[in-house]
Amino acid sequence: MRPLRQLGAIVWKDISAELRTKEMFSSMFVFVFLAIVVFNFAFELRVDNVRQVAPGILWVAFSFAGVLGLNRSFILEKDRGCLEGLLLSPLDRSLVYFAKVLSNLLFMLVVEALALPIFTALFNLPLLRLDLGLVVLLGTLGFAGVGTLFSAMVVNTRAREVLLPVLLFPIVTPVLIASVKLTGGLLDGESLSAMGHWLRLLGAFDAIFLAVSYMTFDYVVEE
Amino acid sequence: MKGERWLWVLTVLSLLLMLGAVFMALVQAPPAANVRTETERYTQRIIYFHVPSAWVGFLAFFVTMVASVGYLVRRERAWDVVALSSVEVGVAFTTAVLVTGSIWAKTAWNTWWTWDPRLTTSAITWVIYLAYLMLRGAVEDPEQEARFASVYGIVGFTSVPITFMAIRWWRTIHPVLFDTSGAGLSPNMLSAFLFCLGAFTVLYGTLLWHRVRLEFLADEVRALRRQLNL
Amino acid sequence: MIEARGIVKAFGDHVVLRGLDLTVAEGEFLALVGPNGAGKTTLMRILATLSRPTRGQARIAGLDLRTQGQEVRRRIGLVSHQPLLYGDLSAEENLRFYARLYGLRDADQRIHALLEQVGLGARRTSLVRTFSRGMQQRLAIARAILHDPPVLLLDEPDTGLDPHAAERLQALLDELATRGRTVLMTTHQLERGLRMASRIAVLAGGRIAFEAATGALSPQALRRQYDEAILEAGAR
Repeated sequence: MRPLRQLGAIVWKDISAELRTKEMFSSMFVFVFLAIVVFNFAFELRVDNVRQVAPGILWVAFSFAGVLGLNRSFILEKDRGCLEGLLLSPLDRSLVYFAKVLSNLLFMLVVEALALPIFTALFNLPLLRLDLGLVVLLGTLGFAGVGTLFSAMVVNTRAREVLLPVLLFPIVTPVLIASVKLTGGLLDGESLSAMGHWLRLLGAFDAIFLAVSYMTFDYVVEE
Repeated sequence: MKGERWLWVLTVLSLLLMLGAVFMALVQAPPAANVRTETERYTQRIIYFHVPSAWVGFLAFFVTMVASVGYLVRRERAWDVVALSSVEVGVAFTTAVLVTGSIWAKTAWNTWWTWDPRLTTSAITWVIYLAYLMLRGAVEDPEQEARFASVYGIVGFTSVPITFMAIRWWRTIHPVLFDTSGAGLSPNMLSAFLFCLGAFTVLYGTLLWHRVRLEFLADEVRALRRQLNL
Repeated sequence: MIEARGIVKAFGDHVVLRGLDLTVAEGEFLALVGPNGAGKTTLMRILATLSRPTRGQARIAGLDLRTQGQEVRRRIGLVSHQPLLYGDLSAEENLRFYARLYGLRDADQRIHALLEQVGLGARRTSLVRTFSRGMQQRLAIARAILHDPPVLLLDEPDTGLDPHAAERLQALLDELATRGRTVLMTTHQLERGLRMASRIAVLAGGRIAFEAATGALSPQALRRQYDEAILEAGAR
């Protein structure tokens, strides 16, 4: 199928370019690590029970690192006019959206996958489990879905580093709430099925906002 | 702009209605029955301003979403002007919601802020539309600005119901401090309440119209400037 | 091959193109000249489907730009100010990426041949980041004709190049890119336009102010028409 091949080409191009420089990946990873360490000091002094703050720390760290990655992804496309190269080719513009979401999602997931063991070690919490992996996947997907749309807008402005978090965080509040709740629940020993409503909220958010972003992306990149 | 006389009629009308609303809220409406202190009996009346403000905020952002869709489809300046104006008016009213909510919370429960789902959703919505205004300010090309703002207006409004649900579920696991539902309203209170609701809605319309008119005038100034090469 | 009717493009209150009509017949090479800010790049972007006109229609190869954009894109190649290349990928990788986007199978041979023809065969595994501007523009030409489009849009491709590199680019365009294709090129330089093209047009005041075949037109006559057109546009 041609569109699938084109989508694969874009994602593969993003991965190849990133593998060469590892700029985005390394800055995201270092940021997550720093965030975890800083929060550890910020809260540990007052709170005995790490289990209570850990989900929040985890998701704040992921969110801020995510914003870094999202911004960088489109800055690279702006350089030398590459985004126009994509828009010039015979493909559905929405395909560009999905390809970018996929690339951003992959980069964030890799960083998160590397961060979780470190988090586990530092906080001595059982974080390496499949059900948590699902939560991380769904949460990151919601974040990347809306984030990709907004970073495509924001890359055209001067204040892009500040503007993206300001635009993004209020919108993805449900994702943060649900992800933190689910993470906390899993750590407390609850099962995913017991927290089904949160999972469904997350899933609904992902579906709705991927759809809305897909429909409006064309209006963002056209001129 | 056409119909300017009607605008001034509307302005006078909303002034009168607001005065009426103040009267209804502070004098006409019967005092609340199920409150403990004298202070609370008075501050309960804030509900006649707090809830209508919230309703107007919500209406304003709904109008923005419709205008945003309209702009993307029709590409006419008027749609974009309405979207922008409605956001500004909406932000003003939402600010009022947050402030009145805080005042009520302080007098009723001795705390400036409560994580009540409605208040929290209002706070997040407030931030979303402040971000909308920031976005508009950051984009240089006016056509791009209108397009981006339209997209954000649509996404922003879509997120509000989901955010409300998420916060409500989140809250039920937290200790419940209070309940701002204001209990049931007796028939007399209801009539006062509905009057205020109507007055606020008319006020919204008036402010919106004024702001839209202002923006069109600003457009004319810009065009004149360009012609004179200033 | 290229038909534009009544193209209007406004950025807010600033109207750049005011009802522009343009036709380029198949196989023709039209050079479009005009002062800065006249709207040459704006028009090119519209024809390349990167921008939507405020009003008006355009067709390329009989396909409507607005409704059949994807099909149009298959048939056009664009070389503009920016090379549209990824700095972190090599010349080869860039071309391979675009080959996949355009759905070209087994393009490796063609890619190698093109790289040789634009004089970058030796640097095919070097990252584009390390290329000079002249080299990037030559690679951009390879990118533009990779999928063998019948229509070529050139938007002042010699911008930012020193005279030697610009000459080299022009020679390359002559022998490689423009043969057998319908070409629309914008340029600042009247002489170059006169030399390369079969027809020349002046864009001023948001419209085509003057148009003629280049065969019988002398540089002085063109210069006169150009100056007149600009004066007229300024007065309006």
